[in-house]
Amino acid sequence: MSGESLARMRTVLLHAGAVLMALWILIPIYVITAAAFSSPEAVFSFPKPLVPEISTETMEFFLGATGVLPALRRSVVVAFSTLALAIVIGTPAGYALARFRFRGADTFRVSIVSTRAFPIVILAIPLAVTFIRFGIDDSSFGLTLMHTALALPFTVLVTSSVFAGISEELEEAAMTLGCNRFSAVRRVVLPLALPGLAAAAIFTWIISWNEVFAASILTLRNRTLPAQVLVALTQSGLPFQFAGGFLLLAPALVVVFVIRKYLFDLWGRVAR
Amino acid sequence: MAVSRNLPRWLVAIPTLALLAAACGTDDEGDNGAAGSDGGGEVVFFSTQLAPVEEAEKVRTTILAGYDGEVDFIGAENYGAWVDRITAEAEAGDVTIDLLGGLHGDYVSLGTERLTDVSDLQEELSGAGFDETFLELARLGTDSTYYIPWMQATYIMVANTQALDHLPDGADVNELTYEEYAEWAANIFEATGQAKVGFPAGEDGLLPRFFEGYLLPAFTGGLVTTFNESDEAWDWMRGIWEHTHPQSVGYGFMQDPLLSEEVWVAWDHVARLKDALEQRPDDFVAFPAPAGPEGRAYMPVLAGLAIPQGAPNADSARSLIEYISAPDTQAATLREVGFFPVVAGDLPEDVSPGVQLQADAVAMQTEAEDALPSLLPIGLGDAGGDFNKVFVDTFTRIVLNGEDTRTVLEEQSAVLDALMQETGAPCWEPDPESEGPCQVG
Amino acid sequence: MTEQSTTTVPGGAGVRRPRGRDQLRATLGGRNLPYWLVLPAILYLALFFAWPMVQAFGLAFVGEDGGLTLDHVRTMVDDVAFPGALRFTLLLLVIIIPIEFAVALTMALMVNSPRLRGRGLFLYIYAIPLAVSELAAGIVWFAIFTQQGYLNSALQQLGLADVPFIWLDPRSTEQLLLAVVLAEVWRSTSLIMIILVAGLQGIPRDYLEAAELFGAGPLTRVRKVILPMLKPSIQVALIFRTILAFQVFATVIALTGRGATVLTAEAYRWQTDIRDANVAAAYAGLILALSIVSTMVILRLTRTPREQRMI
Repeated sequence: MSGESLARMRTVLLHAGAVLMALWILIPIYVITAAAFSSPEAVFSFPKPLVPEISTETMEFFLGATGVLPALRRSVVVAFSTLALAIVIGTPAGYALARFRFRGADTFRVSIVSTRAFPIVILAIPLAVTFIRFGIDDSSFGLTLMHTALALPFTVLVTSSVFAGISEELEEAAMTLGCNRFSAVRRVVLPLALPGLAAAAIFTWIISWNEVFAASILTLRNRTLPAQVLVALTQSGLPFQFAGGFLLLAPALVVVFVIRKYLFDLWGRVAR
Repeated sequence: MAVSRNLPRWLVAIPTLALLAAACGTDDEGDNGAAGSDGGGEVVFFSTQLAPVEEAEKVRTTILAGYDGEVDFIGAENYGAWVDRITAEAEAGDVTIDLLGGLHGDYVSLGTERLTDVSDLQEELSGAGFDETFLELARLGTDSTYYIPWMQATYIMVANTQALDHLPDGADVNELTYEEYAEWAANIFEATGQAKVGFPAGEDGLLPRFFEGYLLPAFTGGLVTTFNESDEAWDWMRGIWEHTHPQSVGYGFMQDPLLSEEVWVAWDHVARLKDALEQRPDDFVAFPAPAGPEGRAYMPVLAGLAIPQGAPNADSARSLIEYISAPDTQAATLREVGFFPVVAGDLPEDVSPGVQLQADAVAMQTEAEDALPSLLPIGLGDAGGDFNKVFVDTFTRIVLNGEDTRTVLEEQSAVLDALMQETGAPCWEPDPESEGPCQVG
Repeated sequence: MTEQSTTTVPGGAGVRRPRGRDQLRATLGGRNLPYWLVLPAILYLALFFAWPMVQAFGLAFVGEDGGLTLDHVRTMVDDVAFPGALRFTLLLLVIIIPIEFAVALTMALMVNSPRLRGRGLFLYIYAIPLAVSELAAGIVWFAIFTQQGYLNSALQQLGLADVPFIWLDPRSTEQLLLAVVLAEVWRSTSLIMIILVAGLQGIPRDYLEAAELFGAGPLTRVRKVILPMLKPSIQVALIFRTILAFQVFATVIALTGRGATVLTAEAYRWQTDIRDANVAAAYAGLILALSIVSTMVILRLTRTPREQRMI
């Protein structure tokens, strides 16, 4: 086969593969969207219509139910706050892990990761008691603090791998030219690390957005969306489960869409 | 082209603003009145019952609408979360919940030290005509009353009308025996090629209650004292399981599989069958549970209202309890969410067809000649979960894993006996009264 | 190389800095710098987790009389559900992780390829499942797999099946495994993909071009150039995914109910349902131990000597 047609075949395969993968991702999303916007009768029917008549009955009721919209707002606030706090605390640690070989580095890695290896449900009562005693229970602020603790291991490790992928020589060069480490990092490394740091930030946001167990333990009257929707997901009928699932999904999709440019700035990468 | 080195300002601003907003508080519900204030604050009503979205909205907009005061009704996702929350608040010494709603079993789990003694309130409400059995339960094995009866329910069966064509000859759906039930399941399987019977054997399913209040008492006339003689009951279960939908181990609420017609015949709590009856009353029938050699065993379910120790608005909570105990509210409760009143008086006439179906089935079950009421476990303290586990494990081993019935019963009897000794719980109906802990026969 | 605590200020001979600042520099700079940088994170996590974890962990080994005991561990191991839970958990791990890595790497490479038109769109689509929580994923895939669900609906409408098949049949561990694997791979491959993409961006294009120039085919380029350079990213992704894999349980419950169980689900049940905090803590301890062991194994296997990183 000629080189040209081989290359063309490769491109076709590439596109076909990409499209197939995209369908694999999109079909379940479509299913839950269709299910959330089906009438209750359609939800229980069989065979279920693959393209249902759109009915906003369930969604309207759900959104109008007490507490759902405020919960949505709180989730947004908590997620962004967690993002800010986790990045601020986690990035320096990630940098240290990437650049320095210091005693206890591996222990540090293992121990921060192990905080996530403990199922949080076991800690339900002790955590709640601590939060109540400190007066930060049932508040967005308290939940931000908790979510930051949950997201921090990820933030640290992802930023560490981001910095590890940027050659040290850049900082060294900058420092030889008169910068101290801090300005070397700020001027040279940080801009290159931005896409990766944005990825870490998005992770953190999503972890906080989807977090349900700590949220349901630590809040009662000021719930975030997952905690508010949890009852619907465990006790309400199928139509409400779908509506709840969709509601959990949709805002996160929007945020990832908005932020995608900073995640995936593939074209502008400065190659060494 | 270099990556843009300056993040747009808004990208940095949002998280910062959010952090500030969170820190300075965007929360709506702050403290609702200092402890000790009377009658002024909003009543925080935390309940394991009526938690699903539709029911909760009905509570807020209809049932409690006539109450003169603010109520914040919050549903708990399961009784574990409910107990955790109440316990944490008590241990931290900062209680925000004023009124609790839960099942008898939930209060047993919670324990009396978390509850306020409401004997005086119960005295005041004695005109309401609470059933003596309920008041006995509400004392949680002590001399004081710890919760006020709120609503009652039970477990019944519902079937798709299509299934009625396959009943065994001579069987009356309103007076089934367990034998006929098993035959019915087999008939459906033969006719349709599918297993269309369902049991709530899932994570949140109430199957343990089926064993504790229905199957075992119906076959043996007792529960704990006759546990080691219940071979027949478990063999029956193993038999019908062959014609039971395999996804039953995932069902928590039978109304969904009934509505989607994955299942045609099901046993479950009335609240978990209600949607099916409400949405398509012409497609379903509701009927009492089957009868075994020893009678038509059934278990009444009691929900109650209680006030946690240290509640900030205890007085408002009391007046809310009074309101809920009023005949009008009790009637509204039946109409809206299908739970039956606990106060004396006639049932309202203007209920929906679905609720009527339910009410009729419950009445038939309670008033059956061979009715055998089995009470809820009493005196188990926080070992309620362990108690249920004995039955679930027995079911898993005999029915799901296919182990030998006798062997399993011997081993599980030992476990049950140890549990009863440890908790010191005396026997309860239908077991005969005992001196000291209930012994496994 | 060692950090020096003072830097030569160009043309600054004779400039004296205040002594205080020098001392600050000496403390914050130098060999102590890394410790200062990680301190906030350590303190923060210690504050939130250390004490409750120690407390909860202690519950696993403390008996009623206050002394050390293995009773709770024994109860856990003797329980009806334990062997199945352990087996299913480990099976999930062993099956899901390789599949996810293969899929994620393929996605990442596809999206990184300049020949793919509309890369940005594809990248966004592949990242979508990131936004899906475990709960939502459980619901979605249950809606697809349940007997009266969307998969059977589609098959019926396409004329491919008369009687709806029971996909979630608890009598077949393989079927349950398949359902959970599909749901999990769908949901969390994006996590790995994003990490790999971030890492791929750090690989200078010149390397790949040089390799191509020297006649290396695409697969060889992947094996010899890309994978070694991706090691830091792979390490991070592997660790995350393994830890998270031990935590999965909402999806398992949503799809299988009591048909299959994993260690975390059992911990959850013992804690909230049976209300035996001791046995729940024993399960938690087991999960923690397995997670730590896995993490250490992964760290060892993916160790990247500093010299081997980019020049």
